[in-house]
Amino acid sequence: MREELLAIVEKNSRIDTKELAVLLGVEEIDIINELAKLQDEGIICGFHTLINWEKTNIEKVMALIEVKVTPQRGQGFDNIAERIYKYPEVRAVYLISGGFDLLVILEEKTLKEIANFVSDKLSPLDSVLSTATHFILKKYKDYGIMLSEKYEDKREVITP
Amino acid sequence: MRNPLSDTIVNIKPSGIRKFFDIVSEMKDAISLGVGEPDFDTPWHIRDEGIYSLEKGRTFYTSNSGLKDLKVEICNYMKRSQNVDYNPDTDVIVTVGGSEAIDIGFRAMLNPGDEVLIPQPSYVSYEPCAILAGAKPVIINLKAENEFRLTAEELEAAITDKTKILVLPFPNNPTGSIMEKEDLEKIVKVIIEKDIFVMSDEIYAELTYKDKHVSITSIPGMKERTILINGFSKAYAMTGWRLGYACGPKEIIQQMTKIHQYAIMCAPTTSQYAAVEALKNGDDDIKEMRTAYNQRRRFLMNAFKEMGLECFEPYGAFYVFPCIKEFGMTSEEFATRFLKEEKVATVPGTAFGDSGEGFLRISYAYSLETLKIAMDKLSKFITRLREEK
Ligand SMILES: Cc1ncc(COP(=O)(O)O)c(C=O)c1O
Repeated sequence: MREELLAIVEKNSRIDTKELAVLLGVEEIDIINELAKLQDEGIICGFHTLINWEKTNIEKVMALIEVKVTPQRGQGFDNIAERIYKYPEVRAVYLISGGFDLLVILEEKTLKEIANFVSDKLSPLDSVLSTATHFILKKYKDYGIMLSEKYEDKREVITP
Repeated sequence: MRNPLSDTIVNIKPSGIRKFFDIVSEMKDAISLGVGEPDFDTPWHIRDEGIYSLEKGRTFYTSNSGLKDLKVEICNYMKRSQNVDYNPDTDVIVTVGGSEAIDIGFRAMLNPGDEVLIPQPSYVSYEPCAILAGAKPVIINLKAENEFRLTAEELEAAITDKTKILVLPFPNNPTGSIMEKEDLEKIVKVIIEKDIFVMSDEIYAELTYKDKHVSITSIPGMKERTILINGFSKAYAMTGWRLGYACGPKEIIQQMTKIHQYAIMCAPTTSQYAAVEALKNGDDDIKEMRTAYNQRRRFLMNAFKEMGLECFEPYGAFYVFPCIKEFGMTSEEFATRFLKEEKVATVPGTAFGDSGEGFLRISYAYSLETLKIAMDKLSKFITRLREEK
């Protein structure tokens, strides 16, 4: 049940426990217990809403920053990653294999703020060797959702 | 001028579905629960393979019976899913949908005067195709109290010395009913004893919600006397690609291939390349779609329970078949009023045979959101009907 439950709530965090019980063919109390467990175990970590900000008149700028760092003895990348992810404007930090080490996703109101973050906060860090900043121009698909397409049922209305 | 038409075709009545389709088409903004095809798009990797085959210029006819690679994959699928062995060179034909396979299967096997047993409610094409093949359709009316499964007694009672083929339409459209292994074993005894053949339409084989589907071909003694019909429409959401197949004894497949060769040439090449990909790498897609269908099925069963509408629990395909007899209307009256008053289209059970009277086919090839709105409307509608009484 766990996998199917997670698959549903990953797409729809607003669904209530009664309906989940119907969809999964179990008792509501089992759902309540399982959801509580999933939160306790840190598997469910939040309930977010996917917003297409481009459709609002609120300005947001997002950048992906490739960061090359020198790993520290005994710590690997964890320490430096922590130094970076503690900044509230940092939305995500991933350790990456290949040409660079950390991928940092940053969201700010203006381009300038992003530039300032990179030059004033990120680059000066001791272990940071270099950065490359990429600005996101348009989001086509996010979290598996196609942002610009609307589902339209193109089937005939009645078929055998 | 002389009458240009064939009496045989003129005497075949138009599909009951068609009649309803015309009413619904005229209505703007009606919600439809009336389709017999998946709401999912064909998985992208399958479409991609079709596109790739076009880019590569694979735009020629294939061999009459289909691409070798595809026939091999079909046999692999039958082996891994049912542990049944077919020879890709002789026992398989790739067709234009399961629809064509049904047609040419009948034409390859039937002589004038032969009887074809057709359990109903069932898919609309068996009866006309049997007539067009010169045979006489004999209807077996399945019963709600058996969850619309076929029993050995019903079968035995319908068999005469003219009976040649039994159509086995499970998992069933429109009832959602399935035949489990024990059910099959009971009818197999009769089939073998009476020496008849089976056309088993297993196009919904991948969409079952209890145990895995059991093909009648996997029961000893049956592969030799069964034409198995399957296809890509339902399992892989590929209705528009028009691709299906039949597996069976090589003597029958050979004659089917002859008809196919003259009437069709070969199934669409692009679709055949895409289908190879579907069979090779599509199991996870099926699983995902099956999970979604199952959630919707549970949602509908629960909604019926809450509104006190009688419905046996169906374990296959993507249909539920609730009983509307308590309202004292025919299926057609009910469906028509529901459409006019609440703007929700369903299909009257009678579109699939007289024994569908008193039932309604509701398809759950729709998003949960759509189903929720529709069930609210159904609940309102039947509350009103109950008050009227
Ligand atoms: C039971 C059954 N058999 C066969 C078919 C034909 O499908 P296709 O020709 O798309 O393979 C359908 C389609 O609705 C069906 O429901």
